[in-house]
Order: sequence, then C-alpha cells, then structure tokens
Amino acid sequence: MPTAADTIGALTERDYEYGFVTDVEQDTAPPGLSEEIIAFISAKKNEPQWLLDWRLAAYRGWLKMVEPTWANVRYEPIDYQSICYYAAPKSDDDRPKSLDEIDPEILATYEKLGIPLKEQEMLAGVAVDAVFDSVSVATTFREKLAELGVIFCSFSEAVQDHPELVRKYLGTVVPRRDNFFAALNSAVFSDGSFVYIPKGVRCPMELSTYFRINAMNTGQFERTLIIAEEGSYVSYLEGCTAPMRDENQLHAAVVELIAHEDAQIKYSTVQNWYPGDKEGVGGIYNFVTKRGLCEGRRSKISWTQVETGSAVTWKYPSCILRGDDSVGEFYSVAVSNNRQQADTGTKMIHVGKRTSSTIISKGISAGEGQNTYRGSVRILRSAEDARNFSQCDSMLIGDRCGAHTFPYIDVANPSAQMEHEASTSKIGEDQIFYCNQRGIDTEDAVSMIVNGFCKEVFRELPMEFAVEAQKLLEVSLEGSVG
Amino acid sequence: MLRVRDLHARVEQQEILKGVDLEVKAGEVHAVMGPNGSGKSTLAQVLAGREDYDVTAGSLELFGEDLAEMAPEERAHAGLFLAFQYPVEIPGVGNSYFLKAALNAIRKARGENELDAMDFLQLLRERAELVAVDEALLRRPVNEGFSGGEKKRNEILQMAVLEPRLAVLDETDSGLDIDALKTVAAGVNALRSEDRAFVVITHYQRLLNYIVPDHVHVLLDGRIVRSGGSELALELEEKGYAGLTNGSSGG
Repeated sequence: MPTAADTIGALTERDYEYGFVTDVEQDTAPPGLSEEIIAFISAKKNEPQWLLDWRLAAYRGWLKMVEPTWANVRYEPIDYQSICYYAAPKSDDDRPKSLDEIDPEILATYEKLGIPLKEQEMLAGVAVDAVFDSVSVATTFREKLAELGVIFCSFSEAVQDHPELVRKYLGTVVPRRDNFFAALNSAVFSDGSFVYIPKGVRCPMELSTYFRINAMNTGQFERTLIIAEEGSYVSYLEGCTAPMRDENQLHAAVVELIAHEDAQIKYSTVQNWYPGDKEGVGGIYNFVTKRGLCEGRRSKISWTQVETGSAVTWKYPSCILRGDDSVGEFYSVAVSNNRQQADTGTKMIHVGKRTSSTIISKGISAGEGQNTYRGSVRILRSAEDARNFSQCDSMLIGDRCGAHTFPYIDVANPSAQMEHEASTSKIGEDQIFYCNQRGIDTEDAVSMIVNGFCKEVFRELPMEFAVEAQKLLEVSLEGSVG
Repeated sequence: MLRVRDLHARVEQQEILKGVDLEVKAGEVHAVMGPNGSGKSTLAQVLAGREDYDVTAGSLELFGEDLAEMAPEERAHAGLFLAFQYPVEIPGVGNSYFLKAALNAIRKARGENELDAMDFLQLLRERAELVAVDEALLRRPVNEGFSGGEKKRNEILQMAVLEPRLAVLDETDSGLDIDALKTVAAGVNALRSEDRAFVVITHYQRLLNYIVPDHVHVLLDGRIVRSGGSELALELEEKGYAGLTNGSSGG
C-alpha cells in the first residue's frame, strides 16, 4: 500500500511525538497445552478472571472434540502438544538486521508486487526505525477515529480498556465451543483487533490491521471482534498482498462481526500466507472461523476474500441473518497452485423475514492444486420470503489440478426463492492463442483471463486493494501455464 | 512480404496442406478460395503459429524472417494479424482494455512508447468510427454475448487499431447477412494501403464483390490449383469448384 508507505515516509522525517515504548519481557511458554499454560497466557496479558474462566471453558470443551475430517484437504497430523502457545514479541536482537538476511525468493516477490523498500523491511520483520515509526502513524489515525468515538485497537487493549464491550459480545457469534479450531482459538488466542463503531457513525476510513503495528506477529491464534451499532458503517481490511512468512505452521483465527439495526460491515481479506514450496513443504495451515451476525433489521454484512496463500485453507465466512430484511454477501476468489489445497465457502443462515443473501465464488486451480467450494444456505421456517443467489465458478489451469463444488441447500419455508448457478471452465488454449495472436504473451494472457474471471469479486474490494489483488493473482499463478 | 514455399502441414497426424506456394507483396489483396476441408483455415492457423499445427516441410517467410522460429505473439509484433473465423470470448475482460493491452504489447516489442489511457481512447474512437463500430461494443467484455456479426466487426476493429502489415481474414464473411457483410468489407477497404497486404480466405465469391482482390487462388485438397486475377472468382461462381479440378495447372 504505497499511500501508507508515503505516510510513513513523511512521518519518519518528523521528530518523535510519542516515542516508542517497549517493555515486554522476552519470554516464551514451554510447548504444549494445559490449564497451566492457559492461565500463564491470561496472566501475561493481565486479563480479568472472567476471561480466564472463559478460556478454560473453551479448553475443556476442546479436549472433548475431535479434529474435523470432512474437509476435502489432506495434511500431516498436527501435534498440538508440540506447539508453543505463547511467545512474547521478538526483540530487535532476534530480528533480521537487514533485508540481506531475508530469503531472496521472498524479496523477488516483493519486487514483483512493487512494494517499496521501507515497507519490505517492515513486512519481513527487519528491525529498523520505520517499523517503529509506523506506530505514530497508527496513533495519528487513532486520534482521528477517537473524535468520532470509534474504537480501533488490539484485542488485548480492548480487554483492558473496554472490558464491558468485550464481555458483552465475545463468543456471541462464534461460541467458544463452536468447532475444534474455534475452541482451540478461544482457549489460547494471542491477540487480534477490536473495532467498535458507535451509533450513526460512518467510519471515514478503511480500517486496516496494517495501521496497527502490534498486529504483526500475532497471526497464529488471532481473535477479531467488530461491533457496528445502529445505523453505523465500517469497512475493514485484513491482511496484506505481500507474502507473509510465519514460523508457526498452524493458524486458527476467529472473527466475529455484529451488525445492529441498519448497520453495515464490509470485511475484506487478502490472505497470502506462505503456501509452501512447489512440493508443498513448509506452508501454513489456515483454519479460520469467521462469522457475522446481522442482529438488527436491515443490517448488512459483506465478506470479500482473496485467498492465494497457505498450504491448506479451511475457511467459511458466514452470515446469520437474524434481523428482518437483513442482507448477507460473500464474494470469494480462491487460488490453489502447486500443492495448495483450499476448502472454502460460506454459510448463509436465514432466520429473519425477507432476508437475502448473495454468494459469488470463484475458484482457480493450477499446478496440482485442489480447490473446493463448500457452501450452505439454510432457510429456517421463520424466514418468510427469503432469497438467495449463489454462483460458483471454477477455473482449471492445466490438467493435474482439481475443482470441487459442494453446495448444500436446506429450505424450511416454501416462500423462499433460491437460485444457484455453477460452472467449470478450463482456461482455453484457444483463449490464450487468441491473446497471443494479438501480441499478448502467454503469462499476461493468463493473468488477463483469470482477472476477467474474478472481476465480479474484485469490484467488491476497496479500490486500492483491488489493484493489489490483481497483481497478486498474477504473481501467484506465475509459471502455471507452460 | 509473405513468402510461402511448398508448405506441408499436419493436424493430429493428418496431412492437410500438401505443398502450398503463395507470395504476397505489400499493397496487394489476395483471395484464397476453396471448399470446406480444402485447408483454408489450416493455412490461416499455420501462418499465425497455432501450436497443434505442425509444419512438416516447406518454408514460411514473413518480412524476410523465418516464421517457424517465431512464437505467435512475435508474429503479431512483426505485424501479422489474423481475423478469426470463430473469435474467442474472454469473459470479464473489457474489449477496450484487451485492445489496449494488445496494442501496447506490440508497441513495447517494437521499442515504441506505450499509449496512455487518454491517447488510446482517442485512437480507439477514431478507429471505431473508421470501421463503423458502435462504441457500446467497446465497453463490453471481449466477444462475450456478441452476435456473429458483432464478433466479426470486432475483429475488423481490432485490425484497425493494431494496424498490421499483413492481415489474414479467415472466413470473415461466414454467417454475415448482406448489411453486415458490407460493413465489414467497407472496414477492410478503408484499411487498404500501399504498405499493407491482405489475405482474404473465403468460401464464397460474394465477399469479393465488395473487397476486390488483386489475385485469386483456389485451394483444393491442400494445394493451390489455380491462380489468377479477380475474374477467377467469377469463373468459380459460375462453374463451382468441381469445374476446376480438371485441367488445373497446379500451383
């Protein structure tokens, strides 16, 4: 995001207004999971008793659960006792000193994405001033937001500063024992984001974790909670187009959204965690539970995701449409190249009257990638005159990859109107030849055809993100056609 | 400009072209006529460099360069354009976006400056007017949902924007009603110039009433069996291809 980098650049030339205070003890919990470890995490974060109890209840639930196997993905068994569940932020001494110490392949990708040098350092976790200076950028943004009563801070800060809000909403959309990975997250979540938009406020800027420096390196068990009060609006951006390395192979995040009457939440994700090498070695396992509750009448929640990273993706951003006339949307582009596996989709649960939902899913498989759309639309008996439109398109590049579609539809009210469209296409040699004949080389032709295929999703992304996402797709699919 | 010598080509193990000779000079319009299955479209695809078409013998030279050594996009950069018999749909990709990418890829390969959006738009409007293409067509995705006539007109528009030195029109008249045919022909005629050549591949003489060729070649069973002036097309109209098989001079 060049604009952010520019801002950082501008600010680094100024004197410190706030300085940087770091005072975290450098310690790490021993590997393994137990009630003691959870108590340790909670104590480290200076959490109130109720939150510790909440974590412990989740943990006890988790112990009785089994890892789900229904997803169309294969991976080595995860040893949950070998994972380290708490690591304090790294000190400067542990960080790379300069970009010279970073994997050249990652640097090459940064180049291709056109990421400015300073930003490359920040993404790669290099210990330089710019990293700390972005704290003051964040502070500036936060002051602006505070004037409107918008709260945008880390989850840990919210626990300290706004415990009543956290306590009121935490686990109301994704219960702590919702599923295996959500329960694990509830027990051990490290940090994440907290957003509160007061009644009637239209948040004037896209909220991005990018502006929250302490969002870096909290990826493993991230917890996000967004609350939009009556008549408010917020657009939230998660992730970053730059490839993110992480030493932690297992990621299990939970995101909860709550939209009250007439509120709108737009949640956009670009997920580009390390996918592993061409053989799939070392990639991230990304098991995410994202759910939004359209609590109030005429509320609206839109999920837009561009998933290009991770070795294994297991993710179903969903909407519970409880308020009458509420609207849920899901727009997704998922790419699996090389040995990547993605099992992703959405759930739309219609409870209120005249609720409507739209699902547009674009799956792209290349190399030996396996891409699965799994979606469920449920119309409950109470959902009079509900509507759903689903469109699931798959594109295959090459002949060693796979595309799978599992749409589940469950209608308990006969007044529902359901539409479902699906297609599978192979990127045609005739399309590529046509482009070639017009002077466009094969690599550009593929990215053009794929971007055209994804257009309906990209146009839902905020402008700047959309441009980056296109570029990202290009890089992700590089070399996928002979 | 184009020199084809004793060209043999096969598709899926089947020999389709069995020794084609053709020479096209700048400024000329050549018509290649022949019945279905005579190898007309194969000739077009081979010229453009389609992968599955194997040249087994003979030579192809474009602007003095050996075509066999050139990838399809390099041929395009050199100034070869093929108007497809069946233009391909590219869903979601805007027609004008596609054309801009194509033009700039060609300009870049030639070491020329790429056009920015404003300059391109101006050129596009100009060219669209020249070949009488409705501007609404420019805003739609490439060929997606186009009628047969719209697709063919779009090919002519692309040709007008890319300004090739040699344009091969592969059955551009097929499936067109008479009005569309006239529009397409007028577009081609508007682009005729001293330094540009055309190879017009067609099944019917009809198109040649509107695009009057300098030379007409008859392709039968993978060989050019007769060559002559525009009057040959009329003779064909009268006698049919069957009337030519006897006493043909070979090519």
